[in-house]
Amino acid sequence: MQFALLIYHLPEEFAMRKNDYSDPHLGAWRAYYKALVEAGVYVGANALEVPETGTTVRLREGKRRVQDGPFADTKEQLAGFIILELPSVDAALEWAARCPGASIGAVEVRPLAPEAMRRGFTG
Amino acid sequence: MNGSNQEDTHRTIERVARESYGRLVAYLSANTRDVASAEDALSNALVAALTAWPRDGVPQNPEAWLLTTARHSFIDHVRHRQVAEASEPTLKLLREDSMEMTLSAEFPDERLKLLFVCAHPAIDPAMHTPLMLQTVLGLDAARIAHAFLTSPTTMGQRLVRAKTKIRDGGIQFEIPQERELPQRLDAVLEAIYAAFGLGWDDMAGVDQRGRDLAEEAIWLGRVLLELMPKEAEVRGLLALMLHCEARRRARRGPDGRYIPLLAQDSQQWSQPLIEEAERNLAEASSRGRAGRFQLEAAIQSVHAERARSGRTEWAAIMLFYDQLVRIAPTLGTRTGYAAAVGEARGPEAGLAVLHGTDPDDVSGYQPYWAVRAHLLQRLGKTSEAAEAFDRAIGLAEDPAVREFLLQRRG
Repeated sequence: MQFALLIYHLPEEFAMRKNDYSDPHLGAWRAYYKALVEAGVYVGANALEVPETGTTVRLREGKRRVQDGPFADTKEQLAGFIILELPSVDAALEWAARCPGASIGAVEVRPLAPEAMRRGFTG
Repeated sequence: MNGSNQEDTHRTIERVARESYGRLVAYLSANTRDVASAEDALSNALVAALTAWPRDGVPQNPEAWLLTTARHSFIDHVRHRQVAEASEPTLKLLREDSMEMTLSAEFPDERLKLLFVCAHPAIDPAMHTPLMLQTVLGLDAARIAHAFLTSPTTMGQRLVRAKTKIRDGGIQFEIPQERELPQRLDAVLEAIYAAFGLGWDDMAGVDQRGRDLAEEAIWLGRVLLELMPKEAEVRGLLALMLHCEARRRARRGPDGRYIPLLAQDSQQWSQPLIEEAERNLAEASSRGRAGRFQLEAAIQSVHAERARSGRTEWAAIMLFYDQLVRIAPTLGTRTGYAAAVGEARGPEAGLAVLHGTDPDDVSGYQPYWAVRAHLLQRLGKTSEAAEAFDRAIGLAEDPAVREFLLQRRG
């Protein structure tokens, strides 16, 4: 069963990253990544650019609506995601607690949609 | 009634609730085995107390008041719920109870039976501790869920299922026969220690929630000792928890930094707690039946000795661990043994102990990697040590521990 760990950061954390990419938590992230791989649960992951770089598009009544910035107007913003293959939500929560993102901001654990549905999307 | 009196009354209700919760739930459910209904009835009684006591004053025997009120609520509830079912036997039991009991009467303490029910072999071992925390101490599902890293809804459902099993699964409220007592008692001790471990791991001294859970576990340990004063392992468990608790303040620097045991300022350890632990351990060993918790407490006792002597007797710790891995060959005791051997006989000997463990077992076990990293570093095997440090860092949940390991790793 696959789970997404959705990592949310506060503006302060993004600000630190923006300066020179010398993330003070880099060592922790690297170690966490290694632990995921060694445990054989890692499927994929990626980090996102800071929220201000986002652009949000909507189509309403045939008209384009383009907006600067991220979709959600909240303090904590999506900063990255990790996909894990795990037997249960309990195991996913355990890995979420170890994620450096959990002590910096917050980590949402969400199961991926059932595989049949995902296959439906990709054909 | 003025504000401060009202506050006093609320505090009284809180105190009575805390001290009597388990006694009342145990007594109310001992005959019916219906723990969930007993809890509902008691919480109704507590709500009633919040209105009645500030108005009429705190009754002379608050516990008996709660019991009477809860019993009425319980009978109502059973009557409603079981209209279609054969409710007569339960109601009869409850009525017989009431006849025996008068308002001022003492009622038997059934908490021991309740503890054995919570840790019954028919109940999923993962639910032993949550059940105890809820039924004996009255903690709510959300708080238990935090400690167990589970969503509150899931924990609530699991607790309900476990209680249904107690009610319908023929689990008897009784103290086990002598023959099966050691094993059954062990499950009770394990569950209490698991609660303590959760509180302990949980960023001790920083997180209010964590501190409370360790305190709750010590409370449970004391209740159990009161009920079974002759069991050596019960004293052993209490001694172990008290020794660890004594070091709480010393585990963190003023800046929240993690301080490992060997680097702790022993003058910051709580001497009264250490003395209480030592008294219990001495009393336990005088009964001449060694056990896992006494051995673990003995190891902590050697560490505590440093406050007086200024040094740690690693040879003694190693010997206790040697006995411990024989009777409790878990990953945890084996890792502790390796660390002790590493100190007493050098890092190579410590690593040799670690070599005996199954790689599959340790892939998610943080302490193994921390000990391994430490031993490799002492041998000057820098790159291998860095690998192990990474694993330990990646598996660490506590940011302070992570930071500490990152610095050690260099």
